[in-house]
Parts: sequence; C-alpha cells; structure tokens
Amino acid sequence: MRTDALTIDFAHDRDVEHIDTFGNRAFGFWIYLMSDLILFSAIFATFAVLRHNYAGGPTGKELFDLPYAFGETMFLLFSSFVCGLAVLAVHHDRKGLVLLGLAVTFLLGLGFISMEINEFHSMVLAGNGPDRSGFLSAFFTLVGTHGSHVTFGLIFMAVIMAQIATKGLTEPVRSRLMRLSMFWHFLDIVWIGIFTFVYLMGVM
Amino acid sequence: MNHAQLDTTGASRGSFKSYASGFALSLVLTAVAFWLVMNGTFPRAAVLFGIVAAAVVQMLVHLHYFLHLDTSSEMRWNVLAILFALLIMILFVGGSIWIMINLSYRMM
Repeated sequence: MRTDALTIDFAHDRDVEHIDTFGNRAFGFWIYLMSDLILFSAIFATFAVLRHNYAGGPTGKELFDLPYAFGETMFLLFSSFVCGLAVLAVHHDRKGLVLLGLAVTFLLGLGFISMEINEFHSMVLAGNGPDRSGFLSAFFTLVGTHGSHVTFGLIFMAVIMAQIATKGLTEPVRSRLMRLSMFWHFLDIVWIGIFTFVYLMGVM
Repeated sequence: MNHAQLDTTGASRGSFKSYASGFALSLVLTAVAFWLVMNGTFPRAAVLFGIVAAAVVQMLVHLHYFLHLDTSSEMRWNVLAILFALLIMILFVGGSIWIMINLSYRMM
C-alpha cells in the first residue's frame, strides 16, 4: 500500500515537473531577451554619445537612404507578422501551414539581412566603413549587432523547420518554436529603435 | 494538459485578430513616422516628438499584440522582468548621455 502511494505521488510529481519545464523555459528565454535588451541599450548609449563625431566624414543625412531603410523595416515587420501566423497554425496542428509560414518568415528575414549587407557593402566601398569616424564605428556596431542577431535567428529558424519536417509538431519542438517566435518579435522591437533613433533622427 | 500550459506562456497566446491588429497598427505608426521626416515642412521639435512617440507606441503594440504581454497573473513575472530591464536601460542610456554631455561642457 505504502509503496503504491509513493509511486503514484512520484509519477504525479514528474508530470507536474514536465508541465512546468516548458513554462520555465519560456520564462528563462524571456529573461535572456531582457539581458539582450540591456546589451542593446549599452550600444544605443554608445551611439547616442558618438552620433555627432563625424571626424570630417559623412553625416547621417548624407549617408542614409530613408526609403531604403523603410523597405528593410517593411521586410522585418511582415516577417514578424507571418511568424505570428505560423504560431497560430501550430495551435491548429497544421504542420504544412506552419512550415509554409516559417519558410515565408525565413525568406522575408533573408530579404532584410540581404538589404542590410548590401547597404554595409556599398558604404564600405565608398570609404565610409566603421574606421571612418566615431559615428560610423557606433553605427556599424549597433546595426551590425542587430543584423547578427537576425542572422542567428535565421539559423535557429532553419533548425526548427528541419525538426518540424523530421519529428513533426511534438511538444518539445512546439516549445522551441514558441521561443523562436519570441526571439523574432523581440528583434523587430529592437529594429523600431534603430529605425527611429539611427535612421529617422540621422536624416532630420 | 501540456497544451493548456503552453498556451498560457510566452509568445504562444494570441489570435488572428490580435496579430492582424498589431500588424495594422505597426504599419500605420511606421508610415506616420516615415512621412513626418520625409515631408520636411514641420518644425524640428514637433517631428522629433512625433517619431519618438510613434516608436514608443509601436514598441508597446508589439509587446501587447505579438508577445502577448498584459497584466494577467501568468505574465506578472514577465512584466516585472521587463520593467526591471527598463530601469537598467534608463540608467545606462540616461547616465551615459548625462556624463558625456557634462564632460563635453567642461572640456570646452
């Protein structure tokens, strides 16, 4: 009798633990995102301090193409929206739809990062690389850090897509997908800050 | 049961309506900020206020509609964590700018 009761209790505890694991991971990932936010705020502070140190080089007004940055913003915003739709499809157990949504999200993210690499490339070719002035060092650090986050997000997304294709929408895969979508929406929030404080204010 | 648990955490809540309204609001706010700067006829202070306000509102829209942050009890610790991060960010950015402006003033 005693052993039976113990066994049942133990099984019950394990079950509870299992449920909590995914909730805890989502919360743990949220804490990571908050620490990442603080990292970005340090780089934003650096940019705020250095943004007028042109060292005789080009200013933001001369360098930035606002419609181009607006295009990048649209790519990222659309990809964030489609990522949300992919998460909705998970709730309806539509595996094909989830994969399609993630593929579109991936392509839009790839479009964003391609535009950014193209922008960086043409700036460096024109002699306006990060070594040109304090302003440009801070610019490349801030926008480049965001870009590398997006790149890692794309790798994350490719891995999740492969897992969905091979393992299906299992509970651990769903939980990873939720964390990926948190990461992706978070990167869009950081981009709003960059678009406003770097591009819009730089051109004003 | 695992479903129910997953559905109450992190980014997993939400409906088509919440994503669509978040997306529509973001599009409008981005377009307004872009237009304010491109137009070029408004006074500088007004444009500055307008684009910062649009950015703050859009960040809140993203947090609410895409990351489903609200005042419900499941999200209490998430809200607390972001408020703390916000405090650190204000200290970081505000403090850096304050110190550097002061330094620049004294070096002149």
